[in-house]
Amino acid sequence: MAPSTSSVITLTINGEKYTLPVDHRTTLLDALREHLDLTGTKKGCDQGQCGACTVLLDGRRAVSCLQLAVAAEGRDVTTIEGVADGDRLHPVQQAFLDLDGYQCGYCTPGQICSALAVIEEHAAGWPSAVTADVRPEAGPPPLTADEIRERMSGNLCRCGAYVSIVQAVAQAAEAQATGTEEVVA
Amino acid sequence: MKEFGYQRVLDVSEAVAVLGADPDARFLGGGTNLVDLMKTGIERPGRLVDVRELPLDRVEMTPDGGLLIGATVTNSDLAAHPEVRRRYPALAQAVLAGASGQLRNMATVGGNLLQRTRCGYFTDVAGPCNKRLPGSGCPAIEGEHHNHAILGASGHCVATHPSDMGVALAAFDAVVRYETADGPGELPLADFYLPVGDTPHLETALPSGALITGVILPPAPVAAHSRYRKVRERASYAFAIGSIAAVLDVRDGVVHEVRLAFGAVASRPWRALEAERALTGGPATAEAFAAAADAELAAAEALPHNGYKVPLMRNLVVALLTELAEEAAR
Repeated sequence: MAPSTSSVITLTINGEKYTLPVDHRTTLLDALREHLDLTGTKKGCDQGQCGACTVLLDGRRAVSCLQLAVAAEGRDVTTIEGVADGDRLHPVQQAFLDLDGYQCGYCTPGQICSALAVIEEHAAGWPSAVTADVRPEAGPPPLTADEIRERMSGNLCRCGAYVSIVQAVAQAAEAQATGTEEVVA
Repeated sequence: MKEFGYQRVLDVSEAVAVLGADPDARFLGGGTNLVDLMKTGIERPGRLVDVRELPLDRVEMTPDGGLLIGATVTNSDLAAHPEVRRRYPALAQAVLAGASGQLRNMATVGGNLLQRTRCGYFTDVAGPCNKRLPGSGCPAIEGEHHNHAILGASGHCVATHPSDMGVALAAFDAVVRYETADGPGELPLADFYLPVGDTPHLETALPSGALITGVILPPAPVAAHSRYRKVRERASYAFAIGSIAAVLDVRDGVVHEVRLAFGAVASRPWRALEAERALTGGPATAEAFAAAADAELAAAEALPHNGYKVPLMRNLVVALLTELAEEAAR
């Protein structure tokens, strides 16, 4: 018997539950934009190569263009619409504004979602491809410009605002690290 | 994209049973390659069996001191795992050298092994390709092949295997563990990928309907002295044009044990056994490393536009082994 090619699914997005029917071919990106009117997440290449559609899945960054919506059921999705605290911008958003981490802005939601995760991944001690010594004994690498460029390399910016993007990520990461220290003190 | 059914499975036996009941079904892991290929019509499954929530998401110590990596462990979790970084650092480096942070969070170890080539003719559904459409021809041989194979290719296909992870796994003598309706099985990575020959569309020795459940890394104290290096056309987030995983144990200036695997030069991760034989028991010098690389690359058959890979791989062997030898001497 031919299997059913659509399902009614419930997605959890920015803490809210949405129930919708989807053709199984629907990507999470298209579900967000075309079905749920959450158009902050952008479609760039639709092939997993540009990062414009980056969202957080269970707190980890992922490209929503290669994520089937039906397979995202049961996972916590965070989009750019869920990053700010009400009217108060997230420090990463504020840093992009302060430092002009964009030009046209189309890749910015993906850049910001990716940057949020980069800061978390680094804080968790994850090495990167430019980390000289990946052994845990070497300790976490400092979040240098080289580390940021490598970790953000999945997000392309056709305007070429990379210089400011790197600065914005560095500023936000430093603010977050300093904030943590103050809490500990 | 062709319409398809979707089913999420929660245990391995169910996964194998569901797939076995539908010849048109495919397993879905992270989907980073499969979903992309479905969008272009290269893959046309009638049903997806989502295995991402199977209880195969752990990296565990084996009783003999090796590691068992579950098939649904993500690339990110594999590369971040302390025991992988400590005992098999080239594996962590290889995984980190592949794709982007987003894709590494999605992609799984099992899916990584089964990813398809990025040959532009394979992904162009408008033209011929022996891998995609058996018997239709290989335009790459006369066409755009600057990043194609120099080792182990055939007149039917010159595509390369794109995995970075697989190159490190080859150097570590990894064993692929799988499950079928008839029970579990194992395949050494060296036997996992089939020779190209005249059947480039047949890529692995996995039995029909098998689900990869994990990868075993045998214990190898020498693996702690390992490194992965990747050369690509931009600094990050690109497939390799050549890569190498190297393991080296030098004692008193003599090569006690060496393992070398090449990436982006063949239809599979290429274990450089000729080079290893040439080096073992001999001096750990740059001249010996170069001679060993030449021994391996004597079998290379370059096409008009990918001959640069021969000196590239030779230089990579010398550079990486020299670094490892210098570290051992400290």
